Amino acid sequence: MTTTVSPPPERAPGRPRRRGRTTDRGFNRAFRWIAVGAGVLILAVLAAVAVFLLQQAWPALTAGSDELAASVPRYPDDTSLLEYVGPLVFGTLLAAALALALATPVAMGIALFISHYAPPRLSQVLGYLVDLLAAVPSVIYGLWGIFVLGPAALPVWEWLNSWFGWFPLFAGPVSPTSRVLATVAVVLAVMILPIITAVAREVFLQTPKLHEEAALALGATRWEMVRTAVLPFGRSGVISAAMLGLGRALGETMAVLMILSPGFLYSFKILDSSQQQTIAAYIALDFPEASGLAVNTLIATGLVLFVITLAVNMGARAIVARRKEFSGAN
Amino acid sequence: MSTATIPDPSGTTEATARTRAALTGADGARRRKDRTMTVLIWSAFVVAMAPLVSLIWTVLSNGAARISMDFLSLSMRNIFGGDPSGGIYHAIVGTLIITALATVISVPVGLLAAIYLVEYGKGVLARAVTFFVDVMTGIPSIVAGLFAVSLFTLFLGPGVRMGVIGAVALSVLMIPVVVRSCEEMLKLVPNELREASYALGVPKWLTIVKVVLRTSVAGLTTGILLAVARVIGETAPLLVTVGVTDSINFDPFEGRMMTLPVFAYRQYSQGQATCPGGESATCVADIAIQNAWGAALVLIVLVLALNLIGRLVNRWFSPKLR
Amino acid sequence: MAQRIDVKDLNIYYGDFLAVQDVSMTIDPQSVTAFIGPSGCGKSTFLRTLNRMHEVIPGARVEGTVEMEGVDLYGDDIDPVAVRRNVGMVFQRPNPFPTMSIRDNVLAGVRLNNRRISKSAAEELVEASLRGANLWNEVKDRLDRPGSGLSGGQQQRLCIARAIAVKPQVLLMDEPCSALDPISTLAIEDLIGELKQDYTIVIVTHNMQQAARVSDRTAFFNIAGTGKPGRLIEMNETSTIFSTPAEQATEDYVSAPFLVRASQDVAAVGT
Repeated sequence: MTTTVSPPPERAPGRPRRRGRTTDRGFNRAFRWIAVGAGVLILAVLAAVAVFLLQQAWPALTAGSDELAASVPRYPDDTSLLEYVGPLVFGTLLAAALALALATPVAMGIALFISHYAPPRLSQVLGYLVDLLAAVPSVIYGLWGIFVLGPAALPVWEWLNSWFGWFPLFAGPVSPTSRVLATVAVVLAVMILPIITAVAREVFLQTPKLHEEAALALGATRWEMVRTAVLPFGRSGVISAAMLGLGRALGETMAVLMILSPGFLYSFKILDSSQQQTIAAYIALDFPEASGLAVNTLIATGLVLFVITLAVNMGARAIVARRKEFSGAN
Repeated sequence: MSTATIPDPSGTTEATARTRAALTGADGARRRKDRTMTVLIWSAFVVAMAPLVSLIWTVLSNGAARISMDFLSLSMRNIFGGDPSGGIYHAIVGTLIITALATVISVPVGLLAAIYLVEYGKGVLARAVTFFVDVMTGIPSIVAGLFAVSLFTLFLGPGVRMGVIGAVALSVLMIPVVVRSCEEMLKLVPNELREASYALGVPKWLTIVKVVLRTSVAGLTTGILLAVARVIGETAPLLVTVGVTDSINFDPFEGRMMTLPVFAYRQYSQGQATCPGGESATCVADIAIQNAWGAALVLIVLVLALNLIGRLVNRWFSPKLR
Repeated sequence: MAQRIDVKDLNIYYGDFLAVQDVSMTIDPQSVTAFIGPSGCGKSTFLRTLNRMHEVIPGARVEGTVEMEGVDLYGDDIDPVAVRRNVGMVFQRPNPFPTMSIRDNVLAGVRLNNRRISKSAAEELVEASLRGANLWNEVKDRLDRPGSGLSGGQQQRLCIARAIAVKPQVLLMDEPCSALDPISTLAIEDLIGELKQDYTIVIVTHNMQQAARVSDRTAFFNIAGTGKPGRLIEMNETSTIFSTPAEQATEDYVSAPFLVRASQDVAAVGT
């Protein structure tokens, strides 16, 4: 692989034209190889993450369900590892999807606000403020979610239940503790807002002035200009931004761990407690006390999470990369 | 100066009225929609700021009361129940040591990888590094923790908890952030500077060290500080790799360590203490929650300070390139 | 359809900077008016005040009046969006919306009006507008292909079709041919000659021959030096401007050989 970046310098002396290559010696060469090595190391680390997780998860993957039930706490009898992980995957996906549904419209609004609505002098400062949301440690989000947001949101959950209780998501009963997936989803949404906003903002700012002016000159209002010129241009960027946010929401641990009252059901009731649990929170909850095969089992569930987030992130990055090539060709 | 003459307006009153009607924009529905969207977009920003303000206010108001010299300089050793005399010194020590260790691992690797991508990177390898660095930014923090555990289990056997494992876990999270921000900063160095240096006969590696890095040192510092701020608040990976302790531990290669975020979480999960003789100076029922808020305040001050210093370094010290 | 425009004592500012000073002129309906002058003299800036596109740039503002059939475009009760719908604009570089088909590009302005236009009416409008822009025969078989796939000249005519589809009274053209090859330029010039039957046309151009070919009246703008505002020097019948201008500055500009003019342009840009 590395040969593609470093043509062998030995060829150079025979060809006077390529004499520039002869300087690639001594320190120069060493420095280059150190830099290349750092790049390769990063690839190696990512590969190592996958390999070591797989290696440590292996005993759990190959163990029988009796063996697992005997050594893993809360492991129900006569269930395969897949059946065991299933509800966790479900809970993870549900929480992340809800967070994404809440965060994406708001994030697009903020991105448009910063790129096209706010006074240009302010927009950089406003960008910093949104970025601060990303800097707040997740454990603090957890504290805030349980002590501030939970109690504040409870009347909203009750209202939702009394008016839209027929809708599966809002079915009763409403837990008076507010330690429910709906509260978790709101906290996760706040946490992923800055990620989605940052990417969407960049894309919206890249909209060619030419197209914006074309729309305005046709008699478009500002919103119509946004809809005609900015949003179509930024669509793929917004999609990948949302996927990056999804990736972050899938892997978030502490906020879920601290707020959610866990359960292991395939349940859509997001206003009731003891219904769902996410993979990350489950691992963090049980890992400190786990030993033996239980550790392997937890690592195996972690591997599942790794694969899911990897797929989502790679998808998002592939969209971004394709978009780059597309706009580069124009 | 202007020699263009203005003939008296010949438009009839009828034409004027028609034009006025066309230009006053009778299309109320469109204007209402535009206004509605403007309000919605402004309110999206307000909606995002509300949690930030609420969160910072909550941490400040709940945490400030707990902050004292004792709280900052004592550990939790031999503190039980509702005893309010403990502190977070051991957690501050642990956070600083583990974060510093993670920085020592991440910065050389991240910076060199960024140099590779900007100065040398071409072809398949560079594209692969770029792509997987991006992918790596999305690794869940708990997975990074599990990776570090798996790695050290292989060498030291199961059940080992120590600071350096946490540092490795944090490095997995930190390296891609360092690469990304350093790459951005190195790209800002104008090519003319590099060419000027080559034209003077300076070899490439010296050009990179003396010209490129020196020009962008403020930006690199900012990037690294922001990356530190990013990982200093990580909880989950430390929970599974470093464990918890109530005592001060200065040695990241031996035994468990406490860190601020983990401390906040542990105190929170202990809940209310029971005070047999009622509330007194030696027994406060909700002392654990107070401790959690106190630690949260110290943590958020650290994070905000790193962010602020980072931005200011970039603003004050970066050379004016144009 | 076409309407006359009276500009009185117009000053144009970017923030505190006075970009164009004290312009008064009348633009006749159903005619082509050309603005000429060195780069940086404010002719494009002035053009953009005629449909209030000027104020899209933050800090930009005007003093004075621009009247269309006696109605001040900058009056309190005037909606800038409605002004732009009635005063169409074609830009220096062709800018069809890249994500839309040729058909949707033509209909873009009409769709903004939220009017539920029937399918047959839309088809008629597309054909009429594209015929009006002399583009119909070239694109009638590929109306669903993206507009960005056309050649530069075709794209510019698509932009003209898009502008006339909303049936404006006035059409502003900001150096519409400067990014085009000579043949495409000729096609656009022919089109301008046809369009003036129905519209009031104002065109900014760098090309003296083009101004002489297409316009009925010509306005010459000039700038005294760096940091000084641009001014309207002289406006008259095109034939008069190019044969017997009243001002020495105009004569110097229109009669100077191309290279001299170009160097003046460079000087104006470079300063």
